[in-house]
Amino acid sequence: MPDDSMRIEVAGENALIVYLGDALSPVVADRVRWLDQQLRERLVDQLIDTVPSYASVLVIYRPDRIRMEALQEHIEEFGRATSEPMTKEEGRLVTLPVWYGTESGPDLAALAESNGLSLDEVVRRHHLRQYRVYAIGFAPGFAYLGEVDEAIARPRLATPRQHVPTGSVGIADRQTAVYPAESPGGWNLIGRCPVRMFDPLAAAPMPVGVGDRIQFEPISRSEHLELGGAP
Amino acid sequence: MSGFRVLEPGVLSLFQDAGRLGHHALGLTTGGPMDGAAFYWANRLAGNPEGATALEVAQGGLRLECIGDTSVAVAGAAMPLKINDQTKALWRSHRMTAGDVLELGHATAGLRTYVAAADGFEAPVYFGSTAVVRREGLGKPLHAGQELVCGASTDTDWALPMDQIPRCEATVTLRVVEGYQAAEFSAESRGLFYRSAFQVSPRSDRMGYRLEGNAVAAPAGERFSEGIAYGAVQVPPDGQPIVLLNDRQTIGGYPKLGTVLSLDCWKLVQCVPGAKVCFEVISLEAAQAAVEEFTATREATALKRST
Repeated sequence: MPDDSMRIEVAGENALIVYLGDALSPVVADRVRWLDQQLRERLVDQLIDTVPSYASVLVIYRPDRIRMEALQEHIEEFGRATSEPMTKEEGRLVTLPVWYGTESGPDLAALAESNGLSLDEVVRRHHLRQYRVYAIGFAPGFAYLGEVDEAIARPRLATPRQHVPTGSVGIADRQTAVYPAESPGGWNLIGRCPVRMFDPLAAAPMPVGVGDRIQFEPISRSEHLELGGAP
Repeated sequence: MSGFRVLEPGVLSLFQDAGRLGHHALGLTTGGPMDGAAFYWANRLAGNPEGATALEVAQGGLRLECIGDTSVAVAGAAMPLKINDQTKALWRSHRMTAGDVLELGHATAGLRTYVAAADGFEAPVYFGSTAVVRREGLGKPLHAGQELVCGASTDTDWALPMDQIPRCEATVTLRVVEGYQAAEFSAESRGLFYRSAFQVSPRSDRMGYRLEGNAVAAPAGERFSEGIAYGAVQVPPDGQPIVLLNDRQTIGGYPKLGTVLSLDCWKLVQCVPGAKVCFEVISLEAAQAAVEEFTATREATALKRST
């Protein structure tokens, strides 16, 4: 089944951007992941890098090794070949433990109150569903996960914090994320995750990639500490 | 051991190599030299392979003491160079003996100068690159007392022929390969963008150059964050364009008009706040041809033996 929703635009002297949909959805995320993999596996020598994101893949190429037109044909071919098997090619499922609570999550109480839920209900709704990694950016290892239950969605803080501790789990609108390192940030913090989301010195610096699925699992404070989480 | 001790690190001096490529999927930016042309010449004059680790000195103020014989080449913005208080020329290599003091004063034109040493500097490697990106915590700026290790001096000193030395221009024209959301901008706002002169904002840095001028109306509506190419011209709701450079965020959601030709980005990064910048369109074909020609010309350029 040819894929009509794919659109390719020039993005510079050595870059194309491929748009694969205009909605946030697991189907689009699968297609992003698939195309990115195909490009990385099959055009290794022609490409400098790719940037998979919510609904697009930026493709940075070496014009001395591949013409733009030829690259475009490859992309269209990958797009055509992928419409069916893609759904079978789901990303990995990664479980991330989270110590939820008002101590680890300084915005949990405010979020519960503004959304008319109990603390437990916010936590329950957060770990009840699986999320997709829709994009990685903002900082190394910062994975944008979606979408959270509308009932626990909340806009970013009016004034971002100067210091969000490493591992903090936050909600911004219908997205959620684990802060990979201490940084400024305006997401509503509801807990903390002991798994290191970005380790520049590890062979696999990130436990997740774009297109993977995430399942959060509640743990206690002592389990969090045992797993190496920061107090 | 050949190398230097840092007496004064300068305003901001960073190790840079060709950049960190292939790790955007982790959210890692590229880093690398802001002025790719000056970086190239510094390394070539020092007898190094392309992309060897050099120092990017922003604004100046660097003082190094040689602690083991080596050679250096300095290229880029006009910073007064002195070795043992003797004025020396940029765009050529110089022999350094233990005890010599190299000093780069504050730039009189331009912003960034590259100091390459024989065989390149030794620097910590992260994800295959020595490029320092402070925002990502990969590497650190130079600090006083730090020891820099490089190779032994070369036999020959080289200079770039005068007519090959890039000039700093009063008004820089940036050629733009249109793309991304260009078609979503209205004809009026695109017209205004290409007709206007912008000023470089003091809030410009290695992430991007912010420009101030006529507000360019950006298309409304939310869009998903997407990959940002080097040189992308992003137009936020305030209509003041930002040219995204080496340390840019890997993804972003603001509409983009297109992408500045790499060769012109290298001129932009030498612009000080207040400098005038204009844009003009270049086709993709012409852009690729310009880069190809530029690369071929510099490779064919013969250096002058200076001693």
